[in-house]
Amino acid sequence: MTIRNLLVGLVLGMGIGLSSTLAQSPGDAEKEIEKYREMISDPMSNPGFLNVDRGEALWKLARGAKKVSLEPCDLGEGTGKLEGAYAKLPRYFKDADRVMDLEQRLLWCMQTVQGLDTADVVKRKFGGPGRISDMEDLVAFIANKSSGMKFAIKVEHAKEQEMYAVGEAMFFRRGGQWDFSCATCHGDENKRIRLQALPVLSKPGKQVQETMGSWPTYRVSQSQLRTMQHRLWDCYRQMRWPEPDYLGDGLTALTLYLNKTAEGATITVPSIKR
Amino acid sequence: MRILSILAAIGITCSVGSVAAQQAAKVDPAVVDKYIQATFKGASPEWQARIVPDEAQRVCSQTRGVLTPEQDKTLVETAKASLVFPADGSVLGDWKKGQQLAQRGTGGQFSDQPGGPIGGNCYACHQLSKAELSYGTLGPTLLEYGKIRKFRPEEAKAAYAKIYNAQAVQPCSNMPRFGHNKFLSEQDMKDLTAYLFDPQSPVNK
Repeated sequence: MTIRNLLVGLVLGMGIGLSSTLAQSPGDAEKEIEKYREMISDPMSNPGFLNVDRGEALWKLARGAKKVSLEPCDLGEGTGKLEGAYAKLPRYFKDADRVMDLEQRLLWCMQTVQGLDTADVVKRKFGGPGRISDMEDLVAFIANKSSGMKFAIKVEHAKEQEMYAVGEAMFFRRGGQWDFSCATCHGDENKRIRLQALPVLSKPGKQVQETMGSWPTYRVSQSQLRTMQHRLWDCYRQMRWPEPDYLGDGLTALTLYLNKTAEGATITVPSIKR
Repeated sequence: MRILSILAAIGITCSVGSVAAQQAAKVDPAVVDKYIQATFKGASPEWQARIVPDEAQRVCSQTRGVLTPEQDKTLVETAKASLVFPADGSVLGDWKKGQQLAQRGTGGQFSDQPGGPIGGNCYACHQLSKAELSYGTLGPTLLEYGKIRKFRPEEAKAAYAKIYNAQAVQPCSNMPRFGHNKFLSEQDMKDLTAYLFDPQSPVNK
């Protein structure tokens, strides 16, 4: 914890240094932000790896009514096989007869493999001050086991096809008090909100690959590791939509659509972002 | 050659239309609705009502903004009919309050306190004054907006209308329909119009 706070302090300190040198033109300001990103993307100083370590301990911890660890959990690549599992999620699971993303699958395994009452896990879905999230830790650990691999999402089973089509439709679905869809911000090239550059996520290419290949990520501004569940929750918040249910199928559909669009992306996680 | 290029242009228009139609047809809209209802089922009825699409949202989502001439006409006419101008006939308020509204990005998020301060968040998407470097580019620059338009009253009225419902000018515009959706008040929209049109506003300096 001390090391983590120190690291975060250092990283934030750099951020404050940056704002005081914020510069004469938007071009300069963008360059400064790019420099800042380079400074913080050092794996040796990325607090997200503490989540990876905690996630590994949780994976091996016997708990629940059955007093077993999560090790017998099949994440799609076979019982207990973690390498490359994240690169193929979300996917259809025959035993549950559902398409699931990593967090849905983990919850399912906690309930069925461990017999764990998951109310407390769901309550701590997002970490915060004095609140550690099991899910964020487990996702960091498992996704890290696919680091260096490429996204290879299959859209074969009828339920995967439905999820993909729904995800695409949801990406373009306008709604809420501001009439926003995902495409409002992520549909066109070379756009930004304030000074934040916006990646195009609706067509295959480098931008969607770099985006999806870098989640889960340690968010310096939040001092927390965050997963795609949190990112989409936060997008809908900013879009002025209602709060989505944690692990809602619409979020899985969007994740499937985005990961498929990012096909071939190299996964480098946990990353570190602003 | 001219006929050929006209034919080519028609061909391109048709193919764009049919691609959009094909993409929209891949999944039954009722299935999408079912997913959305399930995903936001924890929200209050008032919040859920906000994502029941109106006609403009439905058409713009399904076509992704690639409209047939008929759809274009219908959406513009409906949006124009929605416009409500201030009863006192003046669209100009206080530019200083308008500046605060243009800078402020809160309001309407599920994390915001109901009744708390709200803003138009204009700088998220538009450049407005030379002094503010932190501006977005989703919308066009509005630098010297009033000055360029010679501060003409009819231009100020058109700007008020654009803030009220941008789709009266451009159907499926990305800009929120601030007045139509009852997000900003009449006074807020007058203050924002003043921010664009007051000669003393930093927008016109």
